[in-house]
Amino acid sequence: MASTQVTPTRMELTRLKRKLVTATKGHRLLKDKRDELMRQFLDLVREDMELRKKVEEGIKDANRNFVLAKAGMSEETLRAALMAPKQEVFLKQDKKNVMSVDIPVFDYDTRTSDENDIYSYGFAFTSSDLDGAVRSLADVFPDMLKLAEIEKSCQLMAAEIEKTRRRVNALEHVIIPETQEGIRYITMKLDENERSTQVRLMKVKDMMLEDAHKYSEK
Amino acid sequence: MYKIAVMGDYDSIYGFASLGLTTFPVERGTPEEEASKVLRNLVESDYGVIYITEELAGRIGREISRYSGSIMPAIIQIPGVRGNTGAGIRNVKKSVEQAVGSDILFSGS
Repeated sequence: MASTQVTPTRMELTRLKRKLVTATKGHRLLKDKRDELMRQFLDLVREDMELRKKVEEGIKDANRNFVLAKAGMSEETLRAALMAPKQEVFLKQDKKNVMSVDIPVFDYDTRTSDENDIYSYGFAFTSSDLDGAVRSLADVFPDMLKLAEIEKSCQLMAAEIEKTRRRVNALEHVIIPETQEGIRYITMKLDENERSTQVRLMKVKDMMLEDAHKYSEK
Repeated sequence: MYKIAVMGDYDSIYGFASLGLTTFPVERGTPEEEASKVLRNLVESDYGVIYITEELAGRIGREISRYSGSIMPAIIQIPGVRGNTGAGIRNVKKSVEQAVGSDILFSGS
């Protein structure tokens, strides 16, 4: 794998050795990060799935109730009844840091504390089915908010895990082997240089002795 | 302080208004660009969570995926009045696939 050109010098060798140490340390850390993220993600995504099924079921029921309510009165009455809501929801968003991923934490406030303020109409012209429908939707709402929080967290964590996994793999299969290869190449080259210097010196010494004593068989 | 929005066809979302969420009816026939524009406007204003019907989300998926990387807003799919398309569940599976490499949790279900 000598595709990359490495200059066989001592300086380069030290640089590569330092790089290898950093890469190995980084690899270990990232691997730990990936494992921990994965553990938390799997817990969270299981919860997400459960909650989603529950919320979808709840919304389906609520929708059925609304259809029934709609059948019991005129379209205009229904529209008028829901036109001016009394209640208002304010969302408070906070952040939580999980293994360097920012995930949202939602909390909500309602404008009035009276829970009957979800009925934004007088009861004279609307059917009681509508009350039930609105109630059933209000009951799912806390779960819906929780779902928003968890599902967003899952998405963010999934993206982060993917990124971390790529990094771990790149370090493990590309950067670290390449650096090791480079170090081996330089070490061998330097050894080779040293041997050739040694041989040259021995040869020179021989020639000088030859010159001085003339004891050769020649 | 953030607000919560609900997007979708009127029949699917009108009930949410009574809870105090802001509803933004986007009817079935609305062209994609227009629906995307509604969503973009919501993202730029103070909406922290946007619920969107699965049916509508299927049409403007491209616009939605632009915001998947940022912490705000959370765009969450909910079933509409015409029933469940399963897109929400598919999304959860997709994030498992993205993280793990393959769906090891819910592949059976």
